[in-house]
Amino acid sequence: MDALDLARWQFGITTVYHFFFVPITIGLSLLVAVMQTRWMRTRDPQWLRLTKFFGKLFMINFALGLVTGIVQEFQFGMNWSDYSRFVGDIFGAPLAIEALLAFFLESTFLGLWLFGWGRIPEKLHLSFIWLVHVGTVLSAYFILAANSFMQNPVGYTINETNGRAELTDFLAVLTNPVQLVTFPHVVAAAYMTGGAFVLAFAIWHLWRTGTPAVDKPMYRKAAKLGAWTVLVASLVVIGSGDVQGKVMTEVQPMKMAAAEGLYEDVPEGVGAPFSIITVGTLDGREEVWALTVPKLLSYLATGSLEGAVEGIDHVQERYELTYAGSELTAAEDYRPVVPVTYWSFRLMMGLGFAGMAIAAAVLWALRGTGSRTGESRLEGHRMWAWAGALVLFMPLLANSFGWIFTEMGRQPWLVMGLMTTQTGVSPGTTTGEVLTSMVVFTLLYGALAVVEVGLTLRYGRAGAEQVPEDPSFDPAHRSDDDAFLFTY
Amino acid sequence: MELTTIWFVLIAVLWIGYFVLEGFDYGVGALLPVLGRDTADGSVTGETRRRQMLGAIGPFWDGNEVWLLTAGGATFAAFPHWYATLFSGFYLPLLLILVALIVRGIGLEYRGKVDSTRWRRRMDLMVVAGSAVPALLWGVAFTNIVRGVPIDAEMEYVGGFWNLLNPVALLGGLVTLTLFLTHGALFVALKTDGQLRHDARALGLRLGVLAAALAVAWLWIVHASTGTAVSWVLAGLAAVALLAGLAAARAGREGWAFTGTFATIGLATASLFVALFPDVMPSSLDPAWSLTVENAASSQKTLGIMTVVAVVFTPIVLLYQSWTYWTFRRRISGHHIPTEVHPAAVTEETRRRVGAS
Repeated sequence: MDALDLARWQFGITTVYHFFFVPITIGLSLLVAVMQTRWMRTRDPQWLRLTKFFGKLFMINFALGLVTGIVQEFQFGMNWSDYSRFVGDIFGAPLAIEALLAFFLESTFLGLWLFGWGRIPEKLHLSFIWLVHVGTVLSAYFILAANSFMQNPVGYTINETNGRAELTDFLAVLTNPVQLVTFPHVVAAAYMTGGAFVLAFAIWHLWRTGTPAVDKPMYRKAAKLGAWTVLVASLVVIGSGDVQGKVMTEVQPMKMAAAEGLYEDVPEGVGAPFSIITVGTLDGREEVWALTVPKLLSYLATGSLEGAVEGIDHVQERYELTYAGSELTAAEDYRPVVPVTYWSFRLMMGLGFAGMAIAAAVLWALRGTGSRTGESRLEGHRMWAWAGALVLFMPLLANSFGWIFTEMGRQPWLVMGLMTTQTGVSPGTTTGEVLTSMVVFTLLYGALAVVEVGLTLRYGRAGAEQVPEDPSFDPAHRSDDDAFLFTY
Repeated sequence: MELTTIWFVLIAVLWIGYFVLEGFDYGVGALLPVLGRDTADGSVTGETRRRQMLGAIGPFWDGNEVWLLTAGGATFAAFPHWYATLFSGFYLPLLLILVALIVRGIGLEYRGKVDSTRWRRRMDLMVVAGSAVPALLWGVAFTNIVRGVPIDAEMEYVGGFWNLLNPVALLGGLVTLTLFLTHGALFVALKTDGQLRHDARALGLRLGVLAAALAVAWLWIVHASTGTAVSWVLAGLAAVALLAGLAAARAGREGWAFTGTFATIGLATASLFVALFPDVMPSSLDPAWSLTVENAASSQKTLGIMTVVAVVFTPIVLLYQSWTYWTFRRRISGHHIPTEVHPAAVTEETRRRVGAS
């Protein structure tokens, strides 16, 4: 492996890892804000307990998202310095704005929310968790705008003198057609993840026979909130994903062709099928057996059941003619690794649908009131314990596969049509340096994962702590000498 | 003023913001084992003192760290070549800093999550190392940036790792480390009460004398080779501010003492940036190969847009961050530290302790 491969592996490892915690942070900050709002409205102590319970779990996960995010801010300069030089003019701006608008908001108000229990008037305190959530969504917007530029560069011109991409229209960068469909897709997927997180722990406490009977209705509330969040968000994910496929086919036809392993063009009027599962040769060229849905690929790619879909071989031919001339864009092979693209696309969708199905099943099981209520239906059945464990990971892994599809499917491009990945790597860094950092980050992230999962399970299992009969967090009712309700 | 000059100033402001703010929470983190020891009279346990210290930086440290992220992002946007050369060139020190910031953040957030001495000791170690390493290495990095490093005609750093650890740079590292320790000790003196407050002030005074000696020598060496009249004045003011701060600490005026170190770090950083201008990364091989505000900058378009964004949002950020400091302005005493343990944090140790009492 050379420095290029190692730099790619490091980016893949650190980014996929970082993105476990990002959607949890986005989704859970919303749900904790909703829980706290419900408590303020109803004064039902169960909502307060849920706020505190999921607030703790939120913090455990947020911490890792935060610290691994620091690496992301500097990694472009460390390992991808030629890329940074080439696109800094355009790509740097959303990153800087993300820090200034979103990171300050998130971190400052999270500090206020966390340490502010009992020290800040209640309504003001509630507004902080909402501001944290706004910060996470703003952050998503700007970083996705930067990524969308890599998928579909817009609003730029190539400066002939210095050979760099320069900004001509910042609004175009922020309203990139890819961005406009990716942002709702990713944020809704994050809500799915947050909903599934709440749902998973709620199901577990409903299933467990040891949960006090008086607490069951509380976990039922949480389960319903989580499940509804998963369901509604998944509809947005599906809708936006559908439009995304069509935009992608226009700007990155190779990615769509690779998503199906479609080598030969399918002309207008025929309708390209979509395979759910294929058994074939490793490069996906020869098919041994496949379960296919007729005309679905044509629909996914074009919106018409009989639309024409360009095959991999044809795109390859076109790109060879268009891009061979320049050092930045010349490549032997304009095809991504087809099996990775093919399977990550299916895993993304499959896991997403499975998460949705579990959420629907839980809602069905929780129906009804009275003596035979939903919470008693879940209790003690092993199936539900499994459902809880699985639903936690489904949207989480669907996110990962979605990004693996998006980024691996773009290869060999770093910026589509402008710069190949191999030309973006830092020319001055040695293989030893990149290897060192890759190994260090991988080991460190691995160790932290063990700690993080351990703490999440520990706090998740312990369940929602008790709160005083009539809790008031109004500082007016507390003395300056009282012990803090939270401190490190 | 040229847009490139405005952005040079803005980047300087971001680094100054980072050092004056996170400087004290690095200092507090690194001083945990020193100021957080059990007292001789046993009135307050070391654990309570450590929690007073961590509670004092708790609501702020994360917001302080965003100044670094914003400095990084803004450098990327305004001076892509500076960003690319600096971070690909200073590769291993930056890696160390990133690792330090990761273990530190985790140490701070996870420390209270398990009630066990061993767990806390580990997390404390992470906080201490994670605070001391960046405090040292940023001084090393900035001394190298200002004094110049081997950069070739392609804007690539070609000096290797050991070249960065030259004596002057290491002195610079000791300066930032001791300054941040002083800054942190005086912050503890300002923000806590009881014996801890007095111990912190006394320690801050002693550390401050050491920092002053090192800083004067270092500023002298740096400005003797690259300084301008303005940078000399700023460096001189930094020294005066430090002495004034220490005098205030001696007189028991903690607010003024902290203001003194705050101004010292700000002025010293400003003096470095003034000495640097109009270069952003001078080359020690050939001055013609230096990265400057001109040849490292983004297009006028990007700089213009970023200027509008910065002018609108920086004051807003300053406003709400200052408000956080106002909200949590009260001194933290031993009796503010809660004694109850979260049910999920309970361990054998908790049970033994509760059983014994």
